[in-house]
Amino acid sequence: MSAARAPTAPVLPVGLDALGRLMPMSLWVGPRGIIHGAGPTLAKLFAGQTLIGAEFFDLFVMLRPRNVGDPSALVQCGGQRLKLRLRQPPHTGLRGQCVALTGGQGVLLNMSFGIAVADAVRDHRLTDSDFTPTDLAVEMLYLIEAKSAAMEELRRLNLRLQEARAAAENQALTDALTGLRNRRAMDLALEDAAQRHIAFGLLHVDLDRFKQVNDTLGHAAGDHVLAHVARILREETRADDTVARVGGDEFVLILPGLTSGRALNRIAERIIRQIEAPVRFDGQLCRVSASIGMTSSVHYPAPRPDRLLSDADRALYVSKNRGRGRYTLFTPSLKGDPACHCRAEPGTAQGQGAPGARA
Amino acid sequence: MHGLINRAVQCFLRDAYGADTWRAVAADAGIGANGFEAMLSYDDTLTDALLVAAVQRLDRPCEQILEDLGTFLVSHPSFEGLRRLLRFGGVGFVDFLFSLDDLPGRGRLAVPDLDLPQLEMIEDDGTAGRYRLLCRARHQGFGHVMLGVLRAMADDYGALALLEHRHTDEDAAIIDIHLLDQRHASGRAFDLAEGWRGG
Repeated sequence: MSAARAPTAPVLPVGLDALGRLMPMSLWVGPRGIIHGAGPTLAKLFAGQTLIGAEFFDLFVMLRPRNVGDPSALVQCGGQRLKLRLRQPPHTGLRGQCVALTGGQGVLLNMSFGIAVADAVRDHRLTDSDFTPTDLAVEMLYLIEAKSAAMEELRRLNLRLQEARAAAENQALTDALTGLRNRRAMDLALEDAAQRHIAFGLLHVDLDRFKQVNDTLGHAAGDHVLAHVARILREETRADDTVARVGGDEFVLILPGLTSGRALNRIAERIIRQIEAPVRFDGQLCRVSASIGMTSSVHYPAPRPDRLLSDADRALYVSKNRGRGRYTLFTPSLKGDPACHCRAEPGTAQGQGAPGARA
Repeated sequence: MHGLINRAVQCFLRDAYGADTWRAVAADAGIGANGFEAMLSYDDTLTDALLVAAVQRLDRPCEQILEDLGTFLVSHPSFEGLRRLLRFGGVGFVDFLFSLDDLPGRGRLAVPDLDLPQLEMIEDDGTAGRYRLLCRARHQGFGHVMLGVLRAMADDYGALALLEHRHTDEDAAIIDIHLLDQRHASGRAFDLAEGWRGG
């Protein structure tokens, strides 16, 4: 009866140099935690220091698994994912795996930089030759570079597109002739104010005698007058106000926070006085005036843009019918008989004093 | 805040509560209905305004909204890409938990100006299966989002875990994780190279 001898697995005879070439970031840690061998790339991380003979735990901090602080615990880590870092600056992070060596000769530990490979390459001035052909680290670096370059281009493209979109949106909201906002912008501003429950005053301004200027002095003179009026409207309003040209010689002003009749009357008065000052064009004096109809969002329990616009329009017609260069604040009494406001005679107190006749 | 993060909130509100709700929240917050672009950066105050508006419109506490956002990001089909990137963290839930340390680095690798929270996973010495995730971020809300992410990822891995969120003294958040069973259910499938197929 012959005792069956357990077949012994052959032991791989390989020198430290060859091992270092295959695994340049490998480390042989002896049973007492002394480093017996180190791959050339790993040695580069300790420029000027001798690794052989040094204590493993003097040079490396084991982050995971936790509580691995002595050589015997290291042997127990076989097969697990290890996370380490250098004890000294720049504290390069490493990950790796170790296997116990036969005959109680300690462990063989192989490492890589993982996610921080780019930082490690920079910090330790590594080159292509520090990585083996089987290691994907260089491909990873290539990807990082290529992706960063592409991302940078896309970022610039994004910014350009964003600017272009802002410019296009601005154009779509701007009246080309006067640079004021257009009807669409006015609609958006009214909707926005209604949605955000912002109280505001609304002025509907219509130029008087503008058609005569156009007919007698030509369109260029008309355009000149419109630009001049636009300038006045801008000067008489604040940065947060919306000033829009909504038709040939019609303008709408949305004035957040300006809701009292007195404040609106005052601003209407100023606007008309400024517009009535003659404008010189090509040696000729152009004379126009303006009629204004106004309303205030505080007069409505639930201010709806179309309702406010039609009420301001109604007040404007009262102004027109009372003679040129007038302003009228809408009051519910203007609402009554639709025929009434058209036939209103100049000077009649339609709104019990609310329609302001100018001095 | 990075556009990716703002846009995540936007997509969550739109997909979970409907386009009308998103528009209303956006209007309340003073944001155009088009919302955010993923690859642009925005002022932090805009994100805060967005959350304040969402809390009012949805009538729900901010923490709950943020936690739902985290769950949504992992479980909604339109964010499959994000789930996959997280699954690269490891083959099991515990591996995944420990991979979270690398998450900010991995995020930066993809998008250099993406400022994700600093995450640190700590394993309790005493009891097996107990972990703590320390989450330090510029914005307090990230801790709650991470709670939602972890809940959804536990499901994704088929793990059974109890999670609890608390604040620390130093403005960080801690999520206590009690892993009861790493293989409680089968979880969802994940193939490393699936993302390449068809695209």
